[in-house]
Amino acid sequence: MSDMNTPLSKVRGLGSGKTGTETFISHRIQAVANIPLVIFFIVSFVGNAGKSHAEWIAWIKQPIVSVLLILFILNFTNHMRTGLQEVVEDYVHGHGNKWAATLAIRFSCALIAGLSVFSILRIAFGG
Amino acid sequence: MAEFTLPKNSVVGKGKTVKAEGATNTKAFSVYRWNPDDGENPRMDTFEVDMDSCGPMVLDALIKIKDEMDSTVTFRRSCREGVCGSCAMNIDGKNGLACTTAIEDVKGDVSITPLPHQEVVKDLVPDLTNFYAQYASIKPWLETQSPTPSKERLQSPEDRKKLDGLYECILCACCSTSCPSYWWNGDKYLGPAVLLQAYRWLVDSRDENTGERLDNLEDPFRLYRCHTIMNCSNACPKGLNPAKAIAETKKMMVERKG
Repeated sequence: MSDMNTPLSKVRGLGSGKTGTETFISHRIQAVANIPLVIFFIVSFVGNAGKSHAEWIAWIKQPIVSVLLILFILNFTNHMRTGLQEVVEDYVHGHGNKWAATLAIRFSCALIAGLSVFSILRIAFGG
Repeated sequence: MAEFTLPKNSVVGKGKTVKAEGATNTKAFSVYRWNPDDGENPRMDTFEVDMDSCGPMVLDALIKIKDEMDSTVTFRRSCREGVCGSCAMNIDGKNGLACTTAIEDVKGDVSITPLPHQEVVKDLVPDLTNFYAQYASIKPWLETQSPTPSKERLQSPEDRKKLDGLYECILCACCSTSCPSYWWNGDKYLGPAVLLQAYRWLVDSRDENTGERLDNLEDPFRLYRCHTIMNCSNACPKGLNPAKAIAETKKMMVERKG
């Protein structure tokens, strides 16, 4: 008969999760890191617009470009994961739904990151 | 999932209209009505109030409606001067105190509904049981480790000043019930009013349990559901800034991480 619990008992629940601050800090660090990385991404891609396939490959093969693209992908997908996780915590109620959404977010962000990084490395080290 | 539509039995219908007999200067008040005992859906009743014999505030009109037009209209009120917080309700789409909201500041008809997203006890009376329990959970009293002194606990004028903008909170719940995060997760997120009160004790120089208080708040839901939407600061009828208190609490959390 959980309805007979006192209001204070319901509010206190299982106690504090003793977490949240690390997520808060890391989300902001990711956001700060995203500022130069997103600017680099947009400026580079707009600047390379209309170039041939060979020219694009040659551009990506430059070590600094490869590294910055990989950093952009890793930071962006990580930021996307934590951002979507916040949305799930806000709006998805119920233990099962929450875990299903969390797994879907984590796996899809990891997949996007893995495929993107592999593609960049393949171009960078490819023949 | 969060609910974005009202359940069938909560859909608000159109209610009766009560006219002010013989009045020439009237203003219409559309008031949310729901009675738990009649099994009916909620409705909006319209009362055309004679403004020539009505006080200037929305609470004056509600009291006049209850006295002269429909004695079953139910609402909380006490001090009628913005000190007790009892008459908090949603007036013309914004949370506020009926006693400090001037009728002339509302253009057109005055729409009055209970504080949003709380269960309704009757008409304009929300059930604030959870809100008060959340307030109790932050232990809103001085906690110390030192032996009780034989004289009063001293506080410098500078330290006392830190409580300004915090101690004035009257716990009317206008801010918490204006917060979307509180609407969706009010069972676990403490909400702006309670977090402002928590900060009031965090910065009290006489309190010796700051760390324990922060431990209690360090939770993805209790504190970190605040997304700085700022509805709270916009809604506060006392002009306080709960969003700033929450931001300061987050800064304390980061600071103690080293």
